[in-house]
Amino acid sequence: MRSEWTKLWSVRSTRWSLLAAFGFTVGIAAIACAVVSHHWPHMDLRERANFHPLEPNLAGVQLAQLAIGVLGVLIITAEYSTGMIRASFTAVPKRLPVLWAKAVIFATVTLGLMLPAVLIAFFVGESIFSGRHINVAFGAPHIARAVIGAALYLTVVGLFGLGLGAIVRNTAGGIASFAAIMFVLPPLMNVLPTSWNNAASPYLPLAAGEAILSTTPGNHLSPWVGLGLFLGYAVAAIALAAVLLVRRDT
Amino acid sequence: MIEAHGLTKDYGDKRAVDGLTFKVEPGIVTGFLGPNGSGKSTTMRLILGLDAPTAGTVTVNGKLYRQHIAPLHEVGALLEARSVHTGRSAYNHLLALAQTHGIPRSRVNELIDLVGLHDVARKRAGTFSLGMGQRLGIAAALLGDPQTVMLDEPVNGLDPEGIHWIRHLLKGLAAEGRTVFVSSHLMSEMALTADHLIVVGRGRLIADTGVEEFVQQASGNVVRVRSPQAEELRLVLEGQDVTVVAVEPGLLEVHGLSAPRIGEAAAEHGFVLHELMPQQVSLEEAFMDLTRDDVEFKTGEVEAAA
Repeated sequence: MRSEWTKLWSVRSTRWSLLAAFGFTVGIAAIACAVVSHHWPHMDLRERANFHPLEPNLAGVQLAQLAIGVLGVLIITAEYSTGMIRASFTAVPKRLPVLWAKAVIFATVTLGLMLPAVLIAFFVGESIFSGRHINVAFGAPHIARAVIGAALYLTVVGLFGLGLGAIVRNTAGGIASFAAIMFVLPPLMNVLPTSWNNAASPYLPLAAGEAILSTTPGNHLSPWVGLGLFLGYAVAAIALAAVLLVRRDT
Repeated sequence: MIEAHGLTKDYGDKRAVDGLTFKVEPGIVTGFLGPNGSGKSTTMRLILGLDAPTAGTVTVNGKLYRQHIAPLHEVGALLEARSVHTGRSAYNHLLALAQTHGIPRSRVNELIDLVGLHDVARKRAGTFSLGMGQRLGIAAALLGDPQTVMLDEPVNGLDPEGIHWIRHLLKGLAAEGRTVFVSSHLMSEMALTADHLIVVGRGRLIADTGVEEFVQQASGNVVRVRSPQAEELRLVLEGQDVTVVAVEPGLLEVHGLSAPRIGEAAAEHGFVLHELMPQQVSLEEAFMDLTRDDVEFKTGEVEAAA
């Protein structure tokens, strides 16, 4: 565990990715809220009706998930590309503890960092909105769940990346498969007949995971079921990686 | 102590290691020799459990590597391919490995000083020269103060001072009673460092013998004799089991007779000798002799393909 902690923080890409994720979450929230706040007097009634005060606050999560997911891939594939994995497996020949420690440390760090990030994003955003009296309270229905859920969502994104990285063992391949499954697959579903598309799409990792961010009804999956399903994808990826990890030559 | 029994490894349909059985004893430096692609590095990966053998077993200090609870205290290994994250500093690399075994930071600092990386310990390992990388790898190998030390091509990329340092280090480790297993393609280096040799070619065991016997066996008892009466001497010496070749006027090469016997024979007949020298082929020549078949086979293949 301590070893993986040292490994995580002693590489520059970690610090940059986490800083980026933190910065995106807070910075984009502030910018998006400021923009909305600025435009509020010029918006017509329909626009105002469609507005939900949480959406701009969590806009940064969209970018942060890319940074976190890529970092999740990287913390395992970088060991393969540099050969560090041989040193790691020589020190821990049972191998699985390496994967577990990576997952636990990375999940803890992501949650520990992104939870304050989304909270700051929320309160900064709402303080900007309060000037227009369009803010919502943290205690309002669904709000606390969506804000805290955003941090949980990002943590699962990281674990999913880690699992894919450990399966593919190659940085480019890992990032590509992560991006393909998360972001390319959903629009690709449109080629399917509408009924199939509608039936399958909510169960894709991205849609399932993002259910937790929603404050409006109309999703197929309830927030916690969605996040649970997404976590299931991540656990499945890591479990497959674990089986391969023990069997494969290094 | 490393013990291999019928160790075999296939990669696809290519057999990299073919039924190796050997024992590496403690207290001496054992050299592991073979041409490129002869399976040395694969064997070392099998010893460490990084690759799983197709057949056979190999144990270190009596157990499979995987079964050791604290493997870094049992075996320290430097692999040929670099196994360091290029973005991490030397200090953090060693620290991360140390933390898997609860080894204190003081030991990390101690090793950084020992291998002479003090000034660059905080620099990213990706910026290291080949020699510095080797030193870092050696530091990692010695981190757990292991009973068995296994180094794949340790002198690769080291300057003469570094090579000298390694040589002393290895001998010192063996003198402390540790098992030292070193692969190298530098025969001259092995001649100076190793006490015992395990020679492989195309994955198979070719020789498992002491360094001196290895050279002696290969030299085949040749003695150079220089004498003004070379022709006469030749007639006296030649006989059953003894062949004499006149290399140049006044210089003979005698096969099958020891130097003292030649000297006695010359004295008996009152011949003058200017030079009487048993010829030892170098370890390098002995090695080339032994592995020629394997190497030639490969060259032949390439030519056939071209």
